Amino acid sequence: MINKGENFLSKSNRRGFLKAAGISAVAIGAAPAIKAVSAVASGGEATNLPVKTAKIEALTAKRWGMVIDTSKITDEVVESVVAACRNTHNIPDFDHKPDEKKYPNIRPAKKMQEIEWIWEEHYHNAFPEMEDEFLADKFKSLPFLVTCNHCKNAPCVQACPTKATFKREDGIVIMDFHRCIGCRFCMAACPYGSRSFNFRDARPFIEKINPEFPVRSKGVVEKCNLCAERLERGLQPACVEASEGAIVVGDLEDPESEVRAILKENYAIRRKQELGTEPSVYYIM
Amino acid sequence: MSKNVIVAGLTVFVIVALFPFWFNIGNTNAAPEAELSAKAKAAKKCVLDKYDMRANHMSLLDDWRDTVVRDSKRVYKAANGKTFGMSLSTGEDSCMGCHVDKEKFCDKCHNYVSVAPSCWECHTDPKEVTQ
Amino acid sequence: MLEIAIKGSKKYWIWLGTLLTVMAVAFALYIDQFMNGLMITGMSRDVSWGFYIANFTFLVGVAAGGVMVVIPYYLHDYEKFHRITILGEFLAVASLIMCLMFIVADLGQPVRMLNVLLYPTPNSMLFWDMCVLNGYLFLNIVIGWKVLEAERNQVKPPSWTKPLIYLSIPFAIGIHTVTAYLYCGLPGRGFWLTAILAPRFLASAFAAGPSFLILLCYLVRKFTKFDPGWEAIQTLSKIVCYALIANVFFFFCEVFVVFYSKLPGHMSHIKYLFFGLHGHGALVPWMWTSMILMFTGIVLLIVPAFRNNETLLPFTCIMIFIGTWIDKSLGMISGGFVPNPLHHVTEYIPTVQEIVISLGVLATGLLILTVLFKLAATVKEEVRG
Repeated sequence: MINKGENFLSKSNRRGFLKAAGISAVAIGAAPAIKAVSAVASGGEATNLPVKTAKIEALTAKRWGMVIDTSKITDEVVESVVAACRNTHNIPDFDHKPDEKKYPNIRPAKKMQEIEWIWEEHYHNAFPEMEDEFLADKFKSLPFLVTCNHCKNAPCVQACPTKATFKREDGIVIMDFHRCIGCRFCMAACPYGSRSFNFRDARPFIEKINPEFPVRSKGVVEKCNLCAERLERGLQPACVEASEGAIVVGDLEDPESEVRAILKENYAIRRKQELGTEPSVYYIM
Repeated sequence: MSKNVIVAGLTVFVIVALFPFWFNIGNTNAAPEAELSAKAKAAKKCVLDKYDMRANHMSLLDDWRDTVVRDSKRVYKAANGKTFGMSLSTGEDSCMGCHVDKEKFCDKCHNYVSVAPSCWECHTDPKEVTQ
Repeated sequence: MLEIAIKGSKKYWIWLGTLLTVMAVAFALYIDQFMNGLMITGMSRDVSWGFYIANFTFLVGVAAGGVMVVIPYYLHDYEKFHRITILGEFLAVASLIMCLMFIVADLGQPVRMLNVLLYPTPNSMLFWDMCVLNGYLFLNIVIGWKVLEAERNQVKPPSWTKPLIYLSIPFAIGIHTVTAYLYCGLPGRGFWLTAILAPRFLASAFAAGPSFLILLCYLVRKFTKFDPGWEAIQTLSKIVCYALIANVFFFFCEVFVVFYSKLPGHMSHIKYLFFGLHGHGALVPWMWTSMILMFTGIVLLIVPAFRNNETLLPFTCIMIFIGTWIDKSLGMISGGFVPNPLHHVTEYIPTVQEIVISLGVLATGLLILTVLFKLAATVKEEVRG
């Protein structure tokens, strides 16, 4: 519902209007350009209007979901998955020593202000309401990977006062870093602690910048985006590639998809199901 | 008495308000020309024609970023028939893919007109990575 | 009317100078926060709101508390409040300005603040909070100013202020209800997820606001020739008493539900606040101090001999003000975030810089309050003299 409203309001009508108003205030003589620029999603039958499309190779789904096979998660897999995510998305590492020459007089980083997209937890932290004194031994020591659940009913989307966090039609809950005002209401709203805030400029703490993905400015919230930028180029998410088959991503609404096939065969649980957020990340036990 | 105070106050106000003018007397500089890279020169056509681009590139970029982030569309077939990747700095068909030199292409004019776009707080100048 | 504010005694100017100094120091430190980000605060990934939002929440209450003089005077024609109604309204104005400043201080990207208006989002409670807070501020400025101006000219206030005054009553309830809704609608935070939160916020607001107003009445009496009246103060103290009892009662309702049902996700927060959790208990002494202050406050207000004691009453009010401040700012925010949704305990301790910036906001509020109260007191003196 929320999503539909957003699309109806923003596409062409309101955004186009604001934009046109803004431009004409600045440059009244640029009428042709205004037409060209603000012709958003108009279908573009006329050849002299610009057309915007997704890439042909893009991977698409009705509702993206993730299945994590806990039996295949080892410490090595965890390490390479977390590293792959960090390198792909320019996530700062507060243990990294900043380059003195490039960034002189940098104040020390506070570990508790760090940024995580996907990270390791124990069973009793990942599933705190399912704590059990007679829990099978193997689960006590097993590493659990936790990340954004891309909830169907995402509390963070509901909380955001600017629609900077929104739900795409394909189910990915994503951040518009350009729009975020840094109020951190979404962080209070997320029941999974999956969101991080940029308390400071991240650049000094990134060893090697991946030019394929932006760095974030200070003062905005961020989280896992299910590698939307890779899916759009026809690539699997970085964590899936690094996971040696432990993580699978696919269309939850497509009965023929691999994730659905796995879910049909195995007993899988989701985090804090009782909250009704409908997470899209499943854990095979 | 109060007349003098008011006149003095007004004079101070006018002087302060005209600060940019009297401060810059004597150092007028000619407007810089953005320098095109060899690649950009060879391509001949950009997204919009030269004058449209000069006047409206900021709104075009603004529209692009919304389209990419919010509508997950990344390919832009311009009115002149050419196709571009809607990206500032990622890929050969992005802005920086052609206009490779940020300093000569972007900064020159931006510095001249004293605007500081926040794009580069997050997006990476391809040169920055190779350095 | 504003010309009154630039004529004052030496003491008045020294006081304003002191406030301006605090504001200047705080502003310098805020510039550092603006340039370098919120890393200068004690906030973290787990406790993502801190001292700023805590004070914001408390001051919304102080602002809403002003309605406790508006209702008796305008709805029940309680004449004794005639003189202090304006003080309640001006207190609301100063508090709301502080609230808005605290919100801005807390934003990671304050320059993008207007995105809330550019992309209005009715499903976000923050959007509604922005609407009611600004609405209530606007109403109180207009009403306060017009009524005071009319009093100065010794005419009746314009008739259009009447509907605005009536409108300001639901707005006062609204600001604190919506502020409570910011917290109590979040599924993963057991400490806040309770329907009693909004009533409890209101109860503590109606204790904190009027008790601060009593203190201000004492100050006005001491420093100006205007006397708000002992009977008005007496009535206010009864209001504080009932509201405080309601606040503590609501808290015990919460404690009963949580500890009788034994829901772990709800118990852990209250345990953390009052007994500490996994060896972390920074707030334990604070919370017990708050409880002791509020209970002592109740006793001192229930017993008529204590309540009617003119020397004791301001101390009672100070105790209640501090007690409710700890309860609703320190405890309410940290208590909700600790332990985090994954049951890790990361404690929050504000940094000195964060506290000084907050003091700067409070100094700004006090400056506005001083000027507004000076206007009110001077006009009242003029009219009577």
